[in-house]
Amino acid sequence: MNDIVIKAEDISKKYILAHQQAERYTAIRDVIAEKVKRVLKGRANKDVIQSKEEFWALKNINFEIKQGDRVGIIGRNGAGKSTLLKVLSRITEPAGGRITLKGRVASLLEVGTGFHPELTGRENIFLNGAILGMSRIEIRKKFDEIVAFAEIEKFLDTPVKRYSSGMYVRLAFSVAAHLEPEILIVDEVLAVGDAQFQKKCLGKMEDVSRNGGRTVLFVSHNMTAMQSLCNIGMLFEKGELKYKGNMSETITRYLKQFTSGKRKVQWEPEQAPGNLNAKLLKAEVRVINRPQAIADIFETGDALEFQFVFFNEKEGLTALDVTFHLLDEMGHLIFVGSSGIHNTVVRNFERGEVKFICRIPADLIHEGSYNISRLLLVQDRGTVNLEIKDVIQFDVISKQEENWGWMGGKEGIIKPRLEWFY
Amino acid sequence: MTEVLIIEAGKSEKHYWRDLWRYRELFYILSWRDIKVRYKQTVIGALWSILRPLLTMIVFTLVFSKLAKLPSEGAAPYAIMVYAAMLPWQFFSNALSEASNSLIGNVNLISKVYFPRLIIPTASVITSLVDFLIAFLLIGLLYLYYGYAPGWQIFILPIFLLLAFVLAMGAGLWITALNVKYRDFRYIVPFIVQFGLYISPVGFSSSIVPPQYKLLYSLNPMVGIIDGFRWCLLNGETPLDIKTVLLSVLVSLFFLWLGISRFRKMEKSFADII
Repeated sequence: MNDIVIKAEDISKKYILAHQQAERYTAIRDVIAEKVKRVLKGRANKDVIQSKEEFWALKNINFEIKQGDRVGIIGRNGAGKSTLLKVLSRITEPAGGRITLKGRVASLLEVGTGFHPELTGRENIFLNGAILGMSRIEIRKKFDEIVAFAEIEKFLDTPVKRYSSGMYVRLAFSVAAHLEPEILIVDEVLAVGDAQFQKKCLGKMEDVSRNGGRTVLFVSHNMTAMQSLCNIGMLFEKGELKYKGNMSETITRYLKQFTSGKRKVQWEPEQAPGNLNAKLLKAEVRVINRPQAIADIFETGDALEFQFVFFNEKEGLTALDVTFHLLDEMGHLIFVGSSGIHNTVVRNFERGEVKFICRIPADLIHEGSYNISRLLLVQDRGTVNLEIKDVIQFDVISKQEENWGWMGGKEGIIKPRLEWFY
Repeated sequence: MTEVLIIEAGKSEKHYWRDLWRYRELFYILSWRDIKVRYKQTVIGALWSILRPLLTMIVFTLVFSKLAKLPSEGAAPYAIMVYAAMLPWQFFSNALSEASNSLIGNVNLISKVYFPRLIIPTASVITSLVDFLIAFLLIGLLYLYYGYAPGWQIFILPIFLLLAFVLAMGAGLWITALNVKYRDFRYIVPFIVQFGLYISPVGFSSSIVPPQYKLLYSLNPMVGIIDGFRWCLLNGETPLDIKTVLLSVLVSLFFLWLGISRFRKMEKSFADII
């Protein structure tokens, strides 16, 4: 077929994770020190130095994309989307495989790449344009259009360090949107600017591919944007291409991934993790404000309930509390939940099964992946009887109708329901 | 007309030089950016590229000529002799330090956009060349002040400038590649530059080096370049030793080869290392 513009055959990309080094670059003093050490020790500790781990960011990816397609690439964090874009735009080399690209490729992996704060808006248009691969003649031809699109006419000769962040983003996007490559690669750049400008950008993107016959590849976590913009979807999971087909089917499959997690763990008393003080029999998270049957995907706005069942091994009466740490996908501690925090009265338990239930109110946590990183059973409000790490994981996705026209990523760590009066 | 691009592991070589040509405007734009930004931020602006060699010249003239009583080249004023050497030396040392930091300073570009990476250090060498040209204008004032006139030899200067450019590019690229891999190289570069100022014949004439060591001394490629500059700018009063110049050409070409090959090798993994 002649209208195939991107053909990827068996491409893969490997990163080597070196555990020895804390920093990604080497210092020559370390290299020398390491060599000296090896000579002195007679190469005894070679195995320690070599503790490297391979990580396949992309594994045997094959696909073909036709001219004029608007392709949405989705997948969870670390699925390989951005690596694919980097390989396609030649920022890094693949470790294996072959890609055939027909036509000029421009990639927009970040808004305002190369912008210099000291230079004026006018100067930055030329600078940024050249970096993105436009010739000076081309930029000059499009100059007025770029300025008009960005709505910054008045500030053209002001250094961009004096721009508001909104103006900065508008200008940067505007330059990129006026590129005229045959293939345009865009990574999550819609996560900026105000909703109004995002709509304008989406319109421009659509115009570019529908009427210009150009091929566009998008990466975004925003399903609304992807749904309205793309006709083809590609779903990545752990470096592999899981599905390629129409966009809504891809999104459905993507959302299904969020039901996996580790929402419930349960053990028989003999196998249960624990020690002489206590064992953990069960931990679970579920939705309580909607029927379970349809709540297989947690949405923002759901009230969640945690259940922790322990087996208390201590004889006699024991004063027990439960504490847990809730982390998001970035490792931020969202909060520490503890049955002891707002309770002055301590409850005593006999030897046997002990059940704690903790409810998280609706409209508190944001979309994202969550992890109970530490679960503690505490005696007498001070002694840790049992600590279990990484107990349960679950995902919350954003309820789309709440987003208005927002096409960007999540803003803020929590999304509480606030009371408004007006 | 659509062109076809094939990306394969380890085969970027084919497009590389073609891409370099295609992105030629980027050389200009990046150098222009560096120059513009530099002169926007400093109050004395362009004056800076004149003041540095001028002040160094004055100090060197005082120390080497007045205190150490070293001889000049023939009838040429000592100050002009020093300045004629200062020009290529400043160009070389600026280019070296600017180039070696250029990639680290442009990390955001490298990790987000493709273009032949060679452009970045080359652009900083070109930026240093602009400084050189500004500083070069000052020698006219020196001629007037001392009532000294250069001969026809001054028209040969572009050849030696080209030689200095080749050396600066080669050494610059090599150090750049090393600097990306071994980040503490940036502490070594200022040392090389400072050290080089004294082992190269900047403050004194290379004719005071004993003849039996002259060839060995000429292994430093800057010796040939500086002698060449003096020959051009001092009315041919510096004897131009053809062996010294040839050696300098060879060493410079070697550095250019070394620099490009090292750089090309490192370049593939730049985006992953940085």
